[in-house]
Amino acid sequence: MSSNSTPVETPPAKNGTQAGHASGDKRFKILEVHMKKHQFRHDALIEVLHKAQELFGYLEDDLLLFISHKLKLPPSRVYGVATFYHFFTLKPQGQHTCVVCMGTACYVKGADQVVEAVQNELKIKAGETTADNKVSLLTARCIGACGIAPAVVYDGTVTPRQTPASTLEKINQWVKS
Amino acid sequence: MAAKTLTIDGKQITAEEGETILQAATEAGIKIPTLCHLEGVYDIGACRLCLVEVTGTPKLLPACTLKVAEGMEVSTDTERLRKYRRMTLELLFAERNHVCAVCVANGHCELQTLAYSQGLDHVRYEYTFPKWSVDNTHRLFGMDHNRCILCTRCVRSCWHIEGAGTKNVSGRGGKSRIITDLNQPWGDSESCTECGKCVMSCPTGALFKKGSTVGESVRDRDKLEFIVNAREKKQWNA
Repeated sequence: MSSNSTPVETPPAKNGTQAGHASGDKRFKILEVHMKKHQFRHDALIEVLHKAQELFGYLEDDLLLFISHKLKLPPSRVYGVATFYHFFTLKPQGQHTCVVCMGTACYVKGADQVVEAVQNELKIKAGETTADNKVSLLTARCIGACGIAPAVVYDGTVTPRQTPASTLEKINQWVKS
Repeated sequence: MAAKTLTIDGKQITAEEGETILQAATEAGIKIPTLCHLEGVYDIGACRLCLVEVTGTPKLLPACTLKVAEGMEVSTDTERLRKYRRMTLELLFAERNHVCAVCVANGHCELQTLAYSQGLDHVRYEYTFPKWSVDNTHRLFGMDHNRCILCTRCVRSCWHIEGAGTKNVSGRGGKSRIITDLNQPWGDSESCTECGKCVMSCPTGALFKKGSTVGESVRDRDKLEFIVNAREKKQWNA
Protein backbone atom coordinates (compact mmCIF):
# COMPACT_ATOMS: atom_id res chain seq x y z
CA MET A 1 0.00 0.00 0.00
CA SER A 2 1.23 3.46 -0.73
CA SER A 3 1.64 5.84 2.16
CA ASN A 4 0.02 8.88 0.57
CA SER A 5 -3.04 8.22 2.64
CA THR A 6 -5.27 10.36 4.73
CA PRO A 7 -4.50 10.04 8.40
CA VAL A 8 -7.07 7.86 10.03
CA GLU A 9 -7.93 8.26 13.69
CA THR A 10 -8.31 5.05 15.60
CA PRO A 11 -10.57 5.06 18.64
CA PRO A 12 -8.75 5.85 21.90
CA ALA A 13 -7.29 2.89 23.72
CA LYS A 14 -9.81 1.18 25.91
CA ASN A 15 -7.45 -0.62 28.24
CA GLY A 16 -6.04 2.51 29.85
CA THR A 17 -2.87 2.82 27.80
CA GLN A 18 -2.38 6.45 28.73
CA ALA A 19 1.24 6.09 29.81
CA GLY A 20 3.05 2.87 29.07
CA HIS A 21 0.96 -0.28 29.10
CA ALA A 22 -1.65 -1.66 31.49
CA SER A 23 0.60 -4.60 32.26
CA GLY A 24 3.18 -2.28 33.82
CA ASP A 25 5.91 -3.88 31.69
CA LYS A 26 8.74 -1.31 31.47
CA ARG A 27 9.52 -2.25 27.90
CA PHE A 28 6.31 -0.59 26.73
CA LYS A 29 7.54 2.62 28.38
CA ILE A 30 10.85 2.37 26.52
CA LEU A 31 9.01 1.74 23.26
CA GLU A 32 6.79 4.75 23.85
CA VAL A 33 9.80 7.00 24.42
CA HIS A 34 11.12 5.71 21.11
CA MET A 35 7.82 6.55 19.39
CA LYS A 36 7.90 10.01 20.92
CA LYS A 37 11.38 10.53 19.45
CA HIS A 38 9.68 10.01 16.07
CA GLN A 39 6.83 12.37 17.12
CA PHE A 40 4.38 9.42 16.77
CA ARG A 41 4.57 9.91 13.01
CA HIS A 42 2.80 7.39 10.80
CA ASP A 43 5.86 6.91 8.60
CA ALA A 44 7.95 5.89 11.61
CA LEU A 45 6.05 2.59 11.78
CA ILE A 46 8.90 0.44 10.49
CA GLU A 47 11.43 1.98 12.88
CA VAL A 48 9.01 1.47 15.76
CA LEU A 49 8.44 -2.18 14.80
CA HIS A 50 12.22 -2.68 14.71
CA LYS A 51 12.54 -1.28 18.23
CA ALA A 52 9.59 -3.36 19.44
CA GLN A 53 11.13 -6.57 18.13
CA GLU A 54 14.48 -5.64 19.65
CA LEU A 55 12.80 -5.16 23.04
CA PHE A 56 10.38 -8.08 23.02
CA GLY A 57 12.03 -10.57 20.65
CA TYR A 58 8.86 -10.93 18.62
CA LEU A 59 5.70 -9.01 17.81
CA GLU A 60 2.64 -10.38 19.52
CA ASP A 61 -0.88 -9.10 18.89
CA ASP A 62 -1.03 -7.06 22.10
CA LEU A 63 2.20 -5.29 21.14
CA LEU A 64 0.98 -4.55 17.60
CA LEU A 65 -2.25 -3.13 19.04
CA PHE A 66 -0.27 -0.94 21.44
CA ILE A 67 1.76 0.43 18.51
CA SER A 68 -1.36 1.01 16.41
CA HIS A 69 -3.04 2.93 19.24
CA LYS A 70 -0.01 5.07 19.95
CA LEU A 71 0.72 5.89 16.31
CA LYS A 72 -2.99 6.30 15.63
CA LEU A 73 -2.85 3.87 12.71
CA PRO A 74 -5.43 1.19 11.84
CA PRO A 75 -4.42 -2.21 13.28
CA SER A 76 -4.73 -3.70 9.80
CA ARG A 77 -1.97 -1.42 8.49
CA VAL A 78 0.38 -2.30 11.37
CA TYR A 79 -0.29 -6.02 10.92
CA GLY A 80 0.15 -5.72 7.15
CA VAL A 81 3.56 -4.07 7.45
CA ALA A 82 4.70 -6.48 10.18
CA THR A 83 3.87 -9.50 8.01
CA PHE A 84 5.24 -8.03 4.78
CA TYR A 85 8.86 -7.93 5.95
CA HIS A 86 10.64 -11.20 6.64
CA PHE A 87 12.67 -9.54 9.38
CA PHE A 88 9.67 -9.21 11.65
CA THR A 89 8.43 -12.27 13.45
CA LEU A 90 5.05 -12.70 15.11
CA LYS A 91 5.99 -15.88 16.91
CA PRO A 92 8.39 -16.22 19.85
CA GLN A 93 11.89 -17.32 18.91
CA GLY A 94 13.93 -20.08 20.56
CA GLN A 95 16.90 -19.42 22.86
CA HIS A 96 19.19 -19.63 19.85
CA THR A 97 18.55 -18.52 16.28
CA CYS A 98 20.20 -19.78 13.15
CA VAL A 99 19.59 -17.60 10.10
CA VAL A 100 20.71 -19.11 6.82
CA CYS A 101 21.17 -16.61 4.01
CA MET A 102 19.33 -17.78 0.90
CA GLY A 103 20.38 -14.86 -1.28
CA THR A 104 21.57 -15.69 -4.80
CA ALA A 105 25.29 -15.96 -3.98
CA CYS A 106 24.75 -18.07 -0.87
CA TYR A 107 22.19 -20.23 -2.65
CA VAL A 108 24.60 -20.96 -5.50
CA LYS A 109 27.24 -21.89 -2.92
CA GLY A 110 24.95 -24.47 -1.32
CA ALA A 111 22.84 -22.66 1.29
CA ASP A 112 19.89 -24.86 0.37
CA GLN A 113 21.83 -27.94 1.49
CA VAL A 114 22.63 -26.23 4.79
CA VAL A 115 18.93 -25.50 5.37
CA GLU A 116 17.96 -29.05 4.44
CA ALA A 117 20.54 -30.54 6.81
CA VAL A 118 19.30 -28.43 9.72
CA GLN A 119 15.67 -29.19 8.90
CA ASN A 120 16.35 -32.95 8.92
CA GLU A 121 18.41 -32.74 12.10
CA LEU A 122 15.91 -30.70 14.11
CA LYS A 123 12.76 -32.04 12.42
CA ILE A 124 11.45 -28.51 11.86
CA LYS A 125 10.90 -26.38 8.78
CA ALA A 126 12.54 -23.05 8.08
CA GLY A 127 10.74 -20.36 10.09
CA GLU A 128 9.93 -22.74 12.93
CA THR A 129 11.27 -23.33 16.44
CA THR A 130 12.03 -26.69 18.05
CA ALA A 131 9.50 -28.05 20.53
CA ASP A 132 11.92 -27.58 23.47
CA ASN A 133 12.20 -23.91 22.43
CA LYS A 134 15.96 -24.17 22.03
CA VAL A 135 16.62 -23.41 18.37
CA SER A 136 14.84 -21.38 15.69
CA LEU A 137 15.74 -21.90 12.05
CA LEU A 138 15.21 -18.90 9.81
CA THR A 139 16.13 -17.97 6.29
CA ALA A 140 16.91 -14.54 4.88
CA ARG A 141 17.08 -13.09 1.39
CA CYS A 142 20.63 -11.76 1.15
CA ILE A 143 22.22 -10.37 4.28
CA GLY A 144 24.73 -8.45 2.19
CA ALA A 145 27.66 -10.75 2.87
CA CYS A 146 27.97 -12.34 -0.58
CA GLY A 147 31.79 -12.38 -0.40
CA ILE A 148 31.75 -15.01 2.34
CA ALA A 149 28.94 -17.15 0.86
CA PRO A 150 27.31 -19.26 2.10
CA ALA A 151 26.82 -17.20 5.24
CA VAL A 152 24.93 -18.27 8.35
CA VAL A 153 24.09 -15.99 11.27
CA TYR A 154 24.33 -17.79 14.63
CA ASP A 155 22.72 -15.69 17.37
CA GLY A 156 23.60 -12.48 15.55
CA THR A 157 27.14 -13.49 14.59
CA VAL A 158 27.72 -13.69 10.85
CA THR A 159 29.82 -16.76 10.08
CA PRO A 160 31.49 -17.29 6.68
CA ARG A 161 31.60 -20.26 4.30
CA GLN A 162 29.34 -22.72 6.10
CA THR A 163 28.76 -26.34 5.12
CA PRO A 164 26.02 -28.71 6.29
CA ALA A 165 28.62 -30.36 8.57
CA SER A 166 29.86 -27.15 10.19
CA THR A 167 26.30 -25.92 10.70
CA LEU A 168 25.18 -29.18 12.32
CA GLU A 169 28.19 -29.06 14.64
CA LYS A 170 27.16 -25.63 15.88
CA ILE A 171 23.48 -26.59 16.15
CA ASN A 172 24.27 -29.74 18.13
CA GLN A 173 26.32 -27.70 20.61
CA TRP A 174 23.19 -25.66 21.27
CA VAL A 175 20.93 -28.69 21.51
CA LYS A 176 23.25 -30.35 24.05
CA SER A 177 23.75 -27.23 26.18
CA MET B 1 -3.68 23.67 -16.48
CA ALA B 2 -1.61 23.23 -19.58
CA ALA B 3 -3.04 21.06 -22.32
CA LYS B 4 -1.03 18.20 -23.78
CA THR B 5 -1.53 16.74 -27.22
CA LEU B 6 -0.79 13.11 -27.82
CA THR B 7 -1.91 10.20 -29.98
CA ILE B 8 -3.63 7.11 -28.67
CA ASP B 9 -4.13 4.33 -31.23
CA GLY B 10 -3.42 6.83 -34.00
CA LYS B 11 -6.08 9.23 -32.75
CA GLN B 12 -4.96 12.81 -32.02
CA ILE B 13 -6.26 13.85 -28.61
CA THR B 14 -5.83 16.66 -26.14
CA ALA B 15 -5.64 16.04 -22.42
CA GLU B 16 -5.02 18.16 -19.37
CA GLU B 17 -1.66 18.01 -17.68
CA GLY B 18 -1.69 15.55 -14.79
CA GLU B 19 -4.28 13.29 -16.38
CA THR B 20 -3.49 9.63 -16.80
CA ILE B 21 -3.46 7.80 -20.12
CA LEU B 22 -6.48 5.84 -18.90
CA GLN B 23 -8.46 9.03 -18.24
CA ALA B 24 -7.44 10.55 -21.57
CA ALA B 25 -8.33 7.36 -23.46
CA THR B 26 -11.71 7.06 -21.72
CA GLU B 27 -12.55 10.66 -22.63
CA ALA B 28 -11.62 9.93 -26.24
CA GLY B 29 -13.83 6.84 -26.26
CA ILE B 30 -10.96 4.36 -26.33
CA LYS B 31 -11.51 1.44 -24.02
CA ILE B 32 -8.56 -0.01 -22.12
CA PRO B 33 -9.19 -3.17 -20.06
CA THR B 34 -8.78 -2.62 -16.32
CA LEU B 35 -9.23 -4.68 -13.20
CA CYS B 36 -7.68 -3.05 -10.13
CA HIS B 37 -8.76 0.43 -11.25
CA LEU B 38 -11.83 1.77 -9.47
CA GLU B 39 -13.38 5.21 -9.91
CA GLY B 40 -13.10 7.17 -6.69
CA VAL B 41 -9.94 5.66 -5.23
CA TYR B 42 -6.31 6.22 -6.19
CA ASP B 43 -4.67 3.88 -8.69
CA ILE B 44 -1.85 1.51 -7.87
CA GLY B 45 -1.11 -0.12 -11.25
CA ALA B 46 -1.17 -3.60 -9.71
CA CYS B 47 -3.15 -5.84 -12.05
CA ARG B 48 -1.16 -4.99 -15.21
CA LEU B 49 -4.20 -5.41 -17.46
CA CYS B 50 -4.17 -1.79 -18.60
CA LEU B 51 -0.58 -2.04 -19.87
CA VAL B 52 0.02 0.06 -22.97
CA GLU B 53 2.90 0.51 -25.39
CA VAL B 54 4.56 3.89 -25.64
CA THR B 55 6.74 4.58 -28.69
CA GLY B 56 10.36 4.98 -27.61
CA THR B 57 9.96 2.98 -24.39
CA PRO B 58 10.76 -0.74 -24.49
CA LYS B 59 8.80 -1.37 -21.27
CA LEU B 60 5.04 -1.79 -21.15
CA LEU B 61 3.47 0.78 -18.84
CA PRO B 62 0.19 0.75 -16.88
CA ALA B 63 -2.25 3.31 -18.34
CA CYS B 64 -3.89 3.95 -14.97
CA THR B 65 -0.80 5.48 -13.40
CA LEU B 66 0.99 6.79 -16.51
CA LYS B 67 0.63 10.55 -16.88
CA VAL B 68 0.06 12.15 -20.28
CA ALA B 69 2.99 13.96 -21.91
CA GLU B 70 3.36 16.17 -24.95
CA GLY B 71 3.78 14.26 -28.22
CA MET B 72 3.35 10.84 -26.60
CA GLU B 73 2.43 8.00 -28.96
CA VAL B 74 0.44 5.30 -27.20
CA SER B 75 -0.91 1.98 -28.49
CA THR B 76 -3.51 0.19 -26.42
CA ASP B 77 -4.34 -2.84 -28.51
CA THR B 78 -1.39 -4.55 -30.19
CA GLU B 79 -0.61 -8.23 -30.64
CA ARG B 80 2.06 -7.99 -27.93
CA LEU B 81 -0.36 -6.41 -25.44
CA ARG B 82 -3.08 -8.94 -26.16
CA LYS B 83 -0.58 -11.71 -25.50
CA TYR B 84 0.41 -10.28 -22.13
CA ARG B 85 -3.17 -9.53 -21.10
CA ARG B 86 -4.16 -13.11 -21.75
CA MET B 87 -1.14 -14.33 -19.81
CA THR B 88 -1.99 -12.07 -16.86
CA LEU B 89 -5.56 -13.33 -16.81
CA GLU B 90 -4.48 -16.95 -17.05
CA LEU B 91 -2.12 -16.48 -14.11
CA LEU B 92 -4.92 -14.90 -12.09
CA PHE B 93 -7.14 -17.88 -12.79
CA ALA B 94 -4.39 -20.36 -11.93
CA GLU B 95 -3.44 -18.66 -8.69
CA ARG B 96 -6.63 -19.26 -6.69
CA ASN B 97 -9.85 -21.23 -7.06
CA HIS B 98 -11.97 -19.37 -9.59
CA VAL B 99 -14.80 -21.74 -10.28
CA CYS B 100 -17.40 -19.61 -12.06
CA ALA B 101 -20.16 -22.23 -12.05
CA VAL B 102 -20.44 -22.18 -8.26
CA CYS B 103 -19.48 -18.54 -7.66
CA VAL B 104 -21.78 -15.87 -6.23
CA ALA B 105 -20.53 -13.42 -8.87
CA ASN B 106 -21.18 -15.67 -11.87
CA GLY B 107 -22.49 -13.47 -14.68
CA HIS B 108 -21.38 -10.16 -13.22
CA CYS B 109 -17.76 -10.79 -12.40
CA GLU B 110 -15.18 -8.46 -13.89
CA LEU B 111 -12.57 -11.19 -14.07
CA GLN B 112 -14.99 -13.43 -15.95
CA THR B 113 -16.09 -10.63 -18.28
CA LEU B 114 -12.49 -9.72 -19.05
CA ALA B 115 -11.59 -13.34 -19.72
CA TYR B 116 -14.48 -13.59 -22.19
CA SER B 117 -13.52 -10.33 -23.90
CA GLN B 118 -9.91 -11.45 -24.30
CA GLY B 119 -11.03 -14.75 -25.78
CA LEU B 120 -9.69 -16.81 -22.91
CA ASP B 121 -10.94 -20.37 -23.36
CA HIS B 122 -8.28 -22.30 -21.47
CA VAL B 123 -5.43 -21.76 -19.04
CA ARG B 124 -1.95 -22.93 -20.01
CA TYR B 125 -0.60 -22.88 -16.48
CA GLU B 126 -1.06 -25.52 -13.85
CA TYR B 127 -3.79 -24.59 -11.38
CA THR B 128 -2.37 -24.28 -7.89
CA PHE B 129 -5.63 -25.19 -6.08
CA PRO B 130 -4.61 -23.45 -2.85
CA LYS B 131 -6.63 -24.08 0.29
CA TRP B 132 -8.00 -20.72 1.33
CA SER B 133 -10.69 -20.17 3.89
CA VAL B 134 -14.05 -18.40 3.83
CA ASP B 135 -14.72 -15.81 6.55
CA ASN B 136 -18.43 -15.92 7.30
CA THR B 137 -18.23 -14.35 10.73
CA HIS B 138 -19.61 -10.94 9.74
CA ARG B 139 -23.29 -10.27 10.34
CA LEU B 140 -23.96 -8.94 6.83
CA PHE B 141 -21.06 -9.86 4.58
CA GLY B 142 -18.73 -12.72 3.78
CA MET B 143 -15.27 -13.04 2.31
CA ASP B 144 -14.11 -15.98 0.22
CA HIS B 145 -10.32 -15.81 -0.13
CA ASN B 146 -10.47 -18.44 -2.84
CA ARG B 147 -11.94 -15.87 -5.23
CA CYS B 148 -9.70 -12.97 -4.24
CA ILE B 149 -7.36 -11.55 -6.88
CA LEU B 150 -5.67 -9.14 -4.45
CA CYS B 151 -6.59 -6.05 -6.46
CA THR B 152 -6.92 -4.24 -3.10
CA ARG B 153 -10.00 -2.31 -4.25
CA CYS B 154 -11.67 -3.18 -0.94
CA VAL B 155 -8.62 -2.02 1.00
CA ARG B 156 -8.53 1.28 -0.89
CA SER B 157 -12.27 1.96 -0.65
CA CYS B 158 -12.24 1.15 3.08
CA TRP B 159 -9.26 3.44 3.62
CA HIS B 160 -10.02 6.32 1.28
CA ILE B 161 -13.76 6.52 0.85
CA GLU B 162 -15.00 5.23 4.19
CA GLY B 163 -11.84 6.16 6.09
CA ALA B 164 -12.04 3.24 8.51
CA GLY B 165 -8.92 1.33 7.44
CA THR B 166 -10.45 -1.97 8.50
CA LYS B 167 -8.97 -3.94 5.62
CA ASN B 168 -5.37 -4.34 4.57
CA VAL B 169 -3.04 -6.91 3.04
CA SER B 170 -0.94 -9.26 5.13
CA GLY B 171 2.10 -11.19 3.96
CA ARG B 172 3.57 -10.92 0.50
CA GLY B 173 3.62 -12.68 -2.86
CA GLY B 174 1.41 -15.72 -3.28
CA LYS B 175 0.77 -15.81 0.45
CA SER B 176 -0.76 -12.33 0.52
CA ARG B 177 -4.19 -12.20 2.06
CA ILE B 178 -6.77 -9.53 2.75
CA ILE B 179 -7.11 -9.11 6.51
CA THR B 180 -9.50 -7.33 8.86
CA ASP B 181 -7.99 -5.37 11.74
CA LEU B 182 -5.34 -7.49 13.45
CA ASN B 183 -5.91 -10.54 11.23
CA GLN B 184 -9.05 -11.36 13.18
CA PRO B 185 -12.42 -12.71 12.04
CA TRP B 186 -14.36 -9.97 10.22
CA GLY B 187 -17.25 -10.36 12.66
CA ASP B 188 -14.96 -9.42 15.58
CA SER B 189 -13.71 -6.26 13.90
CA GLU B 190 -14.13 -3.12 15.99
CA SER B 191 -13.30 -0.67 13.22
CA CYS B 192 -15.67 -2.05 10.54
CA THR B 193 -18.61 0.33 10.05
CA GLU B 194 -20.60 -2.27 8.08
CA CYS B 195 -20.92 0.27 5.25
CA GLY B 196 -20.45 -2.38 2.57
CA LYS B 197 -18.17 -0.31 0.31
CA CYS B 198 -15.68 -3.15 0.12
CA VAL B 199 -18.42 -5.44 -1.17
CA MET B 200 -19.51 -2.83 -3.72
CA SER B 201 -15.96 -2.49 -4.99
CA CYS B 202 -15.02 -6.16 -5.29
CA PRO B 203 -14.57 -7.19 -8.95
CA THR B 204 -15.05 -10.91 -8.28
CA GLY B 205 -17.04 -13.05 -5.88
CA ALA B 206 -14.52 -12.70 -3.05
CA LEU B 207 -16.70 -10.27 -1.10
CA PHE B 208 -20.42 -10.84 -1.00
CA LYS B 209 -23.60 -9.85 0.75
CA LYS B 210 -25.02 -12.65 2.83
CA GLY B 211 -28.38 -14.09 1.92
CA SER B 212 -28.53 -12.73 -1.61
CA THR B 213 -28.87 -14.94 -4.63
CA VAL B 214 -26.41 -14.89 -7.53
CA GLY B 215 -28.85 -12.81 -9.56
CA GLU B 216 -29.15 -10.24 -6.80
CA SER B 217 -25.47 -9.80 -6.09
CA VAL B 218 -24.84 -7.23 -8.81
CA ARG B 219 -22.33 -4.66 -7.58
CA ASP B 220 -23.75 -1.26 -6.90
CA ARG B 221 -20.86 0.77 -8.29
CA ASP B 222 -23.02 3.87 -8.88
CA LYS B 223 -23.46 4.22 -5.15
CA LEU B 224 -19.70 4.30 -4.68
CA GLU B 225 -19.35 7.02 -7.29
CA PHE B 226 -22.21 8.95 -5.68
CA ILE B 227 -20.59 8.91 -2.26
CA VAL B 228 -17.18 9.91 -3.67
CA ASN B 229 -18.72 12.86 -5.51
CA ALA B 230 -20.63 13.85 -2.41
CA ARG B 231 -17.66 13.68 -0.07
CA GLU B 232 -14.96 15.10 -2.33
CA LYS B 233 -16.75 17.42 -4.76
CA LYS B 234 -19.76 18.24 -2.59
CA GLN B 235 -22.08 17.23 -5.42
CA TRP B 236 -25.11 15.18 -4.62
CA ASN B 237 -26.37 14.02 -7.99
CA ALA B 238 -27.30 10.40 -7.67
